[in-house]
Amino acid sequence: MEDTLLHTIHDKLKSKFGEDIISAEQAYDFPVYTVSKKKIIEIISFLYNEEELGFRFLTTMCGIQFPDNKGGEFCIMYQLHNMPKNWRIRLKVYTPANDMEYPTLTGIFSTANWMEREAFDFYGFIFKGHPNLIRILNMEDMTYHPMRKEYPLEDGTREDKNDTMFGR
Amino acid sequence: MNEIKTAQTAVEEKDYTTLNLGPTHPATHGIFQNIVKMDGEIIVDAVPTIGYIHRAFEKIAERRPFYQITPLTDRLNYCSSPINNMGWHMTVEKLAGIEIPKRVQYMRVVIMELARIADHIVCNSVIGVDTGALSGFLYVFQQREHIYEIYEEICGARLTTNVGRIGGLERDFSPKCIDKIEYFLKTFPAVLKEFESLLMRNRIFMDRTIGVGAITAERALNYGFTGPNLRATGVDYDVRAMNPYSGYEDFDFVVPVGTSGDTYDRFMVREQEMWESLSIIRQAMDKIKQMPEKVFHADVPEFYLPPKEEVYNNMEALIYHFKIVMGEVEVPKGEVYHSVEGGNGELGFYLVSDGGRSPYRLHFRRPCFIYYQAYTEMIKGAMLSDAILTLSSLNVIAGELDA
Repeated sequence: MEDTLLHTIHDKLKSKFGEDIISAEQAYDFPVYTVSKKKIIEIISFLYNEEELGFRFLTTMCGIQFPDNKGGEFCIMYQLHNMPKNWRIRLKVYTPANDMEYPTLTGIFSTANWMEREAFDFYGFIFKGHPNLIRILNMEDMTYHPMRKEYPLEDGTREDKNDTMFGR
Repeated sequence: MNEIKTAQTAVEEKDYTTLNLGPTHPATHGIFQNIVKMDGEIIVDAVPTIGYIHRAFEKIAERRPFYQITPLTDRLNYCSSPINNMGWHMTVEKLAGIEIPKRVQYMRVVIMELARIADHIVCNSVIGVDTGALSGFLYVFQQREHIYEIYEEICGARLTTNVGRIGGLERDFSPKCIDKIEYFLKTFPAVLKEFESLLMRNRIFMDRTIGVGAITAERALNYGFTGPNLRATGVDYDVRAMNPYSGYEDFDFVVPVGTSGDTYDRFMVREQEMWESLSIIRQAMDKIKQMPEKVFHADVPEFYLPPKEEVYNNMEALIYHFKIVMGEVEVPKGEVYHSVEGGNGELGFYLVSDGGRSPYRLHFRRPCFIYYQAYTEMIKGAMLSDAILTLSSLNVIAGELDA
């Protein structure tokens, strides 16, 4: 059943957006679609408004960083839910490190407000059109975005701890 | 004279009071700051500030082996930490494809439902406190103590439990633990009934809560509400029923819903859920008793720590022990999302694994964080005292809000 869900939604999206739907795969119980950034708002409002799809609930969204994935170093993951039919899907939108701008989802989902602020706070995504894009969890005078992979969790200058024996 | 305003200009340049509600104020039950703009006692606008106890769990998790992340989840919603722990174990089990024996699943259900009752007890009795009824709060906290004693029998801890392991539970329910659960099942209904009779039809309580902090189903869904707060608006979304996990599909329970989404409905939905939880625990205990004993974990030596005597006497167990403790266990690459019905909504774990010793990225879908942003909208035009009541009835837990 899950495989058919992957294909049903993929067919609908493909016929409407064509090249902007980059790939589709099944990750455990979730159909995952990688879509292009310039059409993300249209795709999500299509998923929201289309009669048979009706993804009216934004479960969660978050940023991810893949420093080795050249041309797509940053990614935002959106999870949508159609509650009456219990369909859950995930959209992934990659962007290169020099272009952190995304359109805001606050026009469709009020709940995107704080989620986008969190993504901005942690990774430095800029959401165009967001009503109040300021830091949410960290203090306002922080000068960097702490979830990025270039900031190690532990102080790199410490000499009393070394990881040569343990860990990968 | 400029100082003397005519009646007309006084309306135009109305003087608003700015009140700093929080961050530390006994009425806010946690570290929440709201800068409220007030016209007399009516709230005109509010700006919430959060992040006072932000501990960067998502960042810390990127450095820790999987089994060391469980204590982090304890500190999300610390009123019902066993649910968080189980949610995390199940996420890793889903990633690694571990099948859990039915008996263990039911034992987990018992623990999770006890946690749900403990969570709802706190929230509902605190609604009572905020309306001025302190005795109910003190009365049901005795029952919460009984639940914590059951936790102690199961895992040794009380508040931040760190209960269970990836692949099962750390030990079987002891006979004493089963006695304590039976005792709780026997005594709690009477107490809950009495608590309900204190508040449910209490005129003062009803006047203070009906129509206060209401939100419509459409707005609630748009704001990403889940859990009792969403069900109070009339949407019957419950993760346990919709995407059953840990054997919830084998139990017979009702998903209670409200109609108006106000504070009274949220109270009533939680009340009813406690009765449903009790019935689920009863069903689960009956099922556990009919199953072969001593099964409390799956047979997954690469994830589940072997018993100490095995480690000292058996080469294979020693190797597995070393690998687990050092975080050298092989996990598949992939991304997985698993959600459980937490005390206050859908608690989700989005885990991206690159096959390494710790998650590549771990994101917690924290229900509080998502629905607390509706608070401003819910209290606009309300009295200040109702805003306090709305906050406590939303069951916002600072630890989960700030992660």
